[in-house]
Amino acid sequence: METGRIGVFICHCGTNIAGKISIEKLMDFAKTLPFVDAVRDNKYTCSELGQSAIQETIKERNLTHVVVAACSPSMHEKTFRSTVEKAGLNRYMLSICNLREMNTWVTEDNEVSLFKAKKLLAAAVRRVVTQKPLEEEKLPVTSRVVIVGAGIAGIEASLQLANADKEVVLVEREPSIGGQMARFDKTFPTLDCAACILTPKMVDVGQHPNITLMTYSEIEEVSGVPGKYDVKIRKKARSIDEVTCTGCGICEEECPIKKIPSEFYVGLKYRKAVYKPFPQAVPQYPVIDRKNCTYFLKGKCRICEKECPAGSIDFEQEDTFINVEAGALILATGFEPFDPSNIPHYHYGEYDNVFRAIEMETILNSSGPTGGDFFLRKDGKFTDSKPKSVGIIHCVGSRDENYNPYCSRVCCMYSLKYAHLIKERTDATIYQFYIDIRAAGKGYEEFYDRLQKEGVIFIRGKPGKIIKTEKGGQEKLIVQVEDSLTQTPLHVPLDAVILSSALVSRPDAPEVANKFGIGCGSESFFRELHPKLAPVSTQVDGVFLAGACQGPKDIPDTVAQGAAAAAGALSLLSRGYIVNEPTIASIDEDLCSNCKMCISVCPYDAIVEDTEKKVAVLTASKCKGCGLCVAICPSGAIEQAYYSDDAILAEIKGIIETGKLKG
Amino acid sequence: MSEEKPKIAFYWAASCGCCEIAILDLDEAVLDVAAKADIVFWPVAIDTKYKDIEAMPDNGIDVTFFNGGIRNSEAVHLAKLLRKKSKFLVSFGTCAHCGGVPALANLKTKDQILERVYKTTPSTVNPEEIYPQTSFKVDEGEITLPELLDGVYPLDNVVPVDYYLPGCPPPKKWILAGVTAFLTGELPPKGSIIAEEFALCKECPREKPEKHSIKEFKRTWEVMNIDFEKCLLDQGIICLGPATRAGCEARCITTNYPCRGCMGPAPGIIDMGAKMVSVLGSILEEKDETKMEQIIDEIPDLAGTFYEFTAGKSVFLRRKN
Amino acid sequence: MSSEETNGFNPTIIGFYCRWCTHAAADLAGTSRIPVSANVIGIRVPCSGRVDPSFIYDAFTKGADGVFIGGCHYGDCHYEDGNYSAFKRTKMLQKVIKEFGIEPERVRIEWISASEANKYKKTLDEFTETIRELGPLNWDKHLQERDYEKSV
Repeated sequence: METGRIGVFICHCGTNIAGKISIEKLMDFAKTLPFVDAVRDNKYTCSELGQSAIQETIKERNLTHVVVAACSPSMHEKTFRSTVEKAGLNRYMLSICNLREMNTWVTEDNEVSLFKAKKLLAAAVRRVVTQKPLEEEKLPVTSRVVIVGAGIAGIEASLQLANADKEVVLVEREPSIGGQMARFDKTFPTLDCAACILTPKMVDVGQHPNITLMTYSEIEEVSGVPGKYDVKIRKKARSIDEVTCTGCGICEEECPIKKIPSEFYVGLKYRKAVYKPFPQAVPQYPVIDRKNCTYFLKGKCRICEKECPAGSIDFEQEDTFINVEAGALILATGFEPFDPSNIPHYHYGEYDNVFRAIEMETILNSSGPTGGDFFLRKDGKFTDSKPKSVGIIHCVGSRDENYNPYCSRVCCMYSLKYAHLIKERTDATIYQFYIDIRAAGKGYEEFYDRLQKEGVIFIRGKPGKIIKTEKGGQEKLIVQVEDSLTQTPLHVPLDAVILSSALVSRPDAPEVANKFGIGCGSESFFRELHPKLAPVSTQVDGVFLAGACQGPKDIPDTVAQGAAAAAGALSLLSRGYIVNEPTIASIDEDLCSNCKMCISVCPYDAIVEDTEKKVAVLTASKCKGCGLCVAICPSGAIEQAYYSDDAILAEIKGIIETGKLKG
Repeated sequence: MSEEKPKIAFYWAASCGCCEIAILDLDEAVLDVAAKADIVFWPVAIDTKYKDIEAMPDNGIDVTFFNGGIRNSEAVHLAKLLRKKSKFLVSFGTCAHCGGVPALANLKTKDQILERVYKTTPSTVNPEEIYPQTSFKVDEGEITLPELLDGVYPLDNVVPVDYYLPGCPPPKKWILAGVTAFLTGELPPKGSIIAEEFALCKECPREKPEKHSIKEFKRTWEVMNIDFEKCLLDQGIICLGPATRAGCEARCITTNYPCRGCMGPAPGIIDMGAKMVSVLGSILEEKDETKMEQIIDEIPDLAGTFYEFTAGKSVFLRRKN
Repeated sequence: MSSEETNGFNPTIIGFYCRWCTHAAADLAGTSRIPVSANVIGIRVPCSGRVDPSFIYDAFTKGADGVFIGGCHYGDCHYEDGNYSAFKRTKMLQKVIKEFGIEPERVRIEWISASEANKYKKTLDEFTETIRELGPLNWDKHLQERDYEKSV
């Protein structure tokens, strides 16, 4: 039987509440409600005086429950919970009645507002007496962070944490760290060399005593609870013994298999079967591509093994599994460059001289297939003639209801960058086919201005198609576009066309999200906790996001997010514990019929079947208090603390009962 | 006094008669009952009249097993009479407990029912719109009929009930348990429902997956090659088992027929329709809003499915307008 | 606009506001001083998926005239897909109550994100008018009306 001595504290909030409704009449009404022992008012209840008044009354009247009728719970619920706790009451014996945001600030007529206030107060009073004391559980946080993805975001995050003397395990699925940025030649708007700014950081990561670098590795499974995650990592077999390998590169030199398209160079250059992905790779150990190695295919060759001076080739090596315990996890898995083969009218992959952005980065890179020069292709091979005219089509795969609705943020800027670099190396005439020029970052508009002065031709229109024709034995491309500013249809003859293609999410992003218990938002980028106020946190405590995996962005923002995610993780690790809000569910085993409806509906895998007892069992530290299991349980066996059925039904009763008092 | 055999009575209100058959289905055990007790009132089998019951002293009957829902004024009269005359009144079967199938009538108003039955069915020819009357004068005198109530009510809506034997009909083992309890005097607390204290899923032998999921709803006859092992819900068939009290040993489900809730709501819940809405709404897989609406719209007679046996116990009770 | 002036019928509408979206929108309407119908009283729940159809049954049978559920847009649910459950449950519930003679329009579910204060106002004002036009439900009185003398 529910009972108690409730203290009702009604706030004037200056004139915000008292200016609209009669506090006296509301106090009189409060006295008529069941179990109400003390009714007080205050001008500013959240002030020190106001809070002391509550505490004194609690002690004086031996109150068991408190209702504060004031502003929104989102304002001061935490404040007043601390107030009552200091007076010796459990934090959860409090109910907030929202008289301000939900009533006086949105109701014009004073009498109507008073009536609504009574309903709200009755709901809060009836509700509070169903509330029981709850203990907040402090879960310990392991002092280690696992970071997934070693592009610039992951690199930044790991360095920040490692420099704060925290243990970091950095996991990268490719044989080398560096991510997409390692493929670039120059970066906008400063045109500094990507490798020059990235490689020192890569080396730092490789050498930092606090960073355990696991490359050519993938996350197999994530289990455990916030603060104490168990991460199972699969270290794929490089077939190289990392202990003895010196990175001399002789194996790669001697390997007879030379014609494998290099993934790093987007298939525009070849690599060997035993290879380092690019010259500045970190770590410097090569890797054997077992799908193309003669030994693994036919059991023959073994030249690398013979030639290796350190005896580091190990054909018998197998994938190994390592379990790491971590207090926080950071996902920095980056983006995938959009593949325009999906767009038939641009003929990417068909016409020799239609290129996509990531290919352009590779071509302009001095370690790329052409040593950094831009040559035209014929029958898939680079010739030695340079283009005299180049068109760059913006928004390929972006801002397009057929592909991705969003803007990829960086394409306008890299399009300008290509224009500059290509002009520098070929003196070609450059056309930019754009919809808008988005140059919002620091120095970006100035860069745009510079490019306009360099004589780049800007045509505002989205090309409808690229047509191939021939002139003097050479492939010529014609871009069909309407110049929307002059409203003129144009056919622009070009030697080469570059498609400024979108940044899309990784194809396995939903799978990865699932592994980590987070969600994917639109277009499969990872979902942040709040797009404005919590862009690097997720709905799961201790899991953070950094970089393009959260949404397309440029390098400055990526680095900022890497540091922000590190700060989030550091905050957890420093404090040493996570507080789990105790408004969680609990299962009555006697009523449970093992129907598994709760297990079916829990988003956090917090409920499992106890196969011996044949009942559902909940892990409190995994429960986030969504209440779905409580609502679904067809045996009525699950209850939720604080948001219990009793509490909600009590609020309904309070509202309707009071509603009947006046007609 | 202690040598006197206990007096028991059976009565049927709005019922199909199968509860009486359930007594006979006790087989030899029924002879034990007949030997150990005096059946003073059993309209289907014995010719005792109402006035004989009226003449009995109050609490003169040791236990009355009352089946059938309260549909008309006669049932109300007998419910009140038998309550007065019985030490213990047992609500026997689904109709007395929850209204049963007769309570499906609660999904229409009394006026809608009368109009349909006496006026608008295709085979009715009643141009003068003659409806039944509660009394009518003939040469010999006045003849009367009981009055149809505005709904079908469970027994405990009309009089206090001591025990419930749920089920359509109650399973043999629980009837025996109940009768034995009375004969031996070892009674559970008043108000007890004599069946299991958990939902049917616990008794059901079928495999429940870690993630229930329904792609579309199907009638039983629409499922080709029904799987005997898998949960019926996961095959698209609406089974009320999760929200229904156990005790029947899943007798319908073992014949590949979904549970229709005759044992009444599971112990921890009040309205099985509300909980089944909660379950089905969540385990239906579809996430496209238009398709969600379409799939749900196409389920025939959702209320009738949920309240096939328990409309009298549903929170809304009976239709308005 | 927001008040209870006409004809003496003041609808009582119970609202279930999901803590992350609709409740925040309600607060935003407050801080923006946007007048909103006073007939809808909001109850804060962690998620629209917490709303047990039993609550809606309870509200109507106690005497409410309408029930409103406010949750997050698809994809925004703080707990992944509680809102999908809420939607499907509401659609089914509407079908069931119709069979008892309760107009399905008396239950409304709407997705209102934390920034949509105007949508919050528009929805609540609109819904209040819908209920006003439907008239009082008085299901609590209906349950009391029986044409036999209830002795229990």
